[in-house]
Amino acid sequence: MAKFEYAPAPESRAIVDIASSYGLFIDGRFVDPVDGTPFKTVNPASEEVLAEVTAAGPADVDAAVKAARRAYERVWSRMPGRDRGKYLFRIARIIQERSRELAVLESIDNGKPIRESRDVDIPLVAAHFFYYAGWADKLAYAGLGPDPRPHGVAGQVIPWNFPLLMLSWKIAPALAAGNTVVLKPAETTPLTALAFADICQQADLPPGVVNIVTGAGETGRALVEHPDVDKVAFTGSTEVGKQIARSVAGTAKKATLELGGKAANIVFDDAPIDQAVEGIVNGIFFNQGHVCCAGSRLLVQESVYDEVLASLKRRLGTLRVGDPLDKNTDIGAINSAEQLARIRTLSEVGEAEGAERWSPPCELPDRGFWFPPTVFTGVSQAHRIAREEIFGPVLSVLTFRTPAEAVEKANNTPYGLSAGVWTEKGSRILWMSSRLRAGVVWANTFNRFDPTSPFGGYKESGYGREGGRHGLEAYLR
Amino acid sequence: MSPANSRRTERKVERDPRPARLEVKKTYKLYIGGKFPRSESGRSYEVTDSKGKFLANAAWASRKDARDAVVAARKAYPGWSAATTYNRGQVLYRVAEVMEGRRAQFVDEVVAGEGITRSRAEKVVDEAIDRWVWYAGWSDKLAQVVGSTNPVAGPYFDFSIPEPTGVVAVIAPQQSSLLGLVSVVAPVIVGGNTAVVTSSYERPLPAITLSEVLATSDVPGGVVNILTGRVGDTAPWLAAHMDVNAIDLAGAAGDTEHATELELAAADNLKRVVRAPEAEPDWTQPPGLERMTAFLETKTVWHPMGV
Repeated sequence: MAKFEYAPAPESRAIVDIASSYGLFIDGRFVDPVDGTPFKTVNPASEEVLAEVTAAGPADVDAAVKAARRAYERVWSRMPGRDRGKYLFRIARIIQERSRELAVLESIDNGKPIRESRDVDIPLVAAHFFYYAGWADKLAYAGLGPDPRPHGVAGQVIPWNFPLLMLSWKIAPALAAGNTVVLKPAETTPLTALAFADICQQADLPPGVVNIVTGAGETGRALVEHPDVDKVAFTGSTEVGKQIARSVAGTAKKATLELGGKAANIVFDDAPIDQAVEGIVNGIFFNQGHVCCAGSRLLVQESVYDEVLASLKRRLGTLRVGDPLDKNTDIGAINSAEQLARIRTLSEVGEAEGAERWSPPCELPDRGFWFPPTVFTGVSQAHRIAREEIFGPVLSVLTFRTPAEAVEKANNTPYGLSAGVWTEKGSRILWMSSRLRAGVVWANTFNRFDPTSPFGGYKESGYGREGGRHGLEAYLR
Repeated sequence: MSPANSRRTERKVERDPRPARLEVKKTYKLYIGGKFPRSESGRSYEVTDSKGKFLANAAWASRKDARDAVVAARKAYPGWSAATTYNRGQVLYRVAEVMEGRRAQFVDEVVAGEGITRSRAEKVVDEAIDRWVWYAGWSDKLAQVVGSTNPVAGPYFDFSIPEPTGVVAVIAPQQSSLLGLVSVVAPVIVGGNTAVVTSSYERPLPAITLSEVLATSDVPGGVVNILTGRVGDTAPWLAAHMDVNAIDLAGAAGDTEHATELELAAADNLKRVVRAPEAEPDWTQPPGLERMTAFLETKTVWHPMGV
């Protein structure tokens, strides 16, 4: 199967208007930092500097938390749920109206293909606000007691892989439940969160209900450890998640953590191979593999190993790696130089430990951060590439003979975020689903998300759920 | 006593040449994996009643005992978590049945240990038995109350169900030696978890008797493991144990420093933590769902719909 030739079809950048520098969004206004320092955010596909943003210092974080506390006590906690809901509906509508702009901005700052930011990220962002908007005046019906109360001020720290989507997963349920928030977007992807600040102004959201403090790990730490934060919500690495669990120990703060994963995607010999291969590709190459629930361990039943591998390699030969703004692009840029280095290191370790490395022939752009889709075969469970989260477009392939062996291998990890099962046999799907120790099981599909569907991990993939009625629980007491 | 009876007693005392009956003293041991081992440390400690009078020697569990208990709990987990909810409900109800038969013994032990009146102790024991009944009924209802089907925007069937977290360490209340104990153990196991429990240090007898009840009801060995002794000798090892999935710090109520240390240790493998309250709560209050849902994971399953 030869790759089709396509003319370049880039999405226009004209729709976005990036300022040369940004302050912090505190108490409804963009303000200059008190003790923050500037840093640059770059386009990972070109290394072009996009804007100068502010790494908020402790005093800035304190100002944001104070603003959130004031807004909580004076406005948001007193407002009828119906009106909170209407603000959220307003925000959802504005996101839909500005969806093209947000998609382009997300792809520029993050490096993900426009096809994904346009068709997955931004539609889900709007859907998430719509979903939780409707809960705001129905909390008594959520099965969490007759009069559930918000915690107060939520400190939220989100990752760079789905910047605006993770913001919506955090802010929508928090506001619906009646909390106010201080959110820190990831260091490398602050721009859509700052655009969201603009949307809050556009929606006339009362000042201080949403505060956005940009910065890196130190800013996040200041926020999580701030004594006046009542609730901490974090999505990111298991390592940082453990630090947060320690930092809230002995306090009254509640925490929900959505952390790393090393999901098994299990293909049985009766699975429709073509569909399974699409699922494998979607599982690990969606969003350059920068997905905590990515299907990074492929478990193939031995009897179909050759067939699946041949089909998979053929399919990978058709993936288009390159300009994230090109509508034909399947795989965009790696989000940062740092992440690229980690992917390279672990891939080298994979080779050194004896696994066989394969990538389809593909030309990578000269500038920017790029990594070709990569498959490792001959991987054993002891290999680091089978145990550690790579967070990149790297698939480790293992085999199994019996369903019991598949379960054993799939569960042989400290993580437990997601898993995939491919088989035509319904009873086997349910048997497998009940034995896989993972918070989300995708059967004959992978990487599906919906605001009504609870998402979150077992074991060291964290605790608490986001999405659905379950997602409200994290923001109510 | 009627005059006739007292006369007869007097006669008996005068005439019976046998010495007073020698009481059979019980050896109190741990409860691990359905068996009653002594502490591997060989240590025991004196248990006294609320007035300081000697009651018994109880086993003084060590960290090795705690680890053994975790192994037993992990071994029991696959069977117990896979048991049908109907079965688990019946097993919990059976615990109530067997406790009812030992009611008098529990009352004696609660009176001795907690220093409350007999009539209050009777109420406490009744409430403890009824609590098993309450939780027994939850086993096959939880999934309907906390689970859901999720109306996703696409051609998929999507549902969420509760599953047990795994092995749960339970630091049982120090004051309420029976009702508090039942109130923290039953919600853990009803959802399919297995438990390693550290009992009240000063008032361990109801926990020991409860372990005999569990052993003679239908609870499979290893589902509940009970350690007596100093909480400080076992709890830190349970909190730090990498094969323990969650911990209930009820027994550290009011001891912020100890509770914080345990919570810090629990972060090493991101255990689910139920924090210690500032003071031990009134266990007679309706328990609610919280202690069950704290040890449940939500699993969401997606499948496409199509022809």
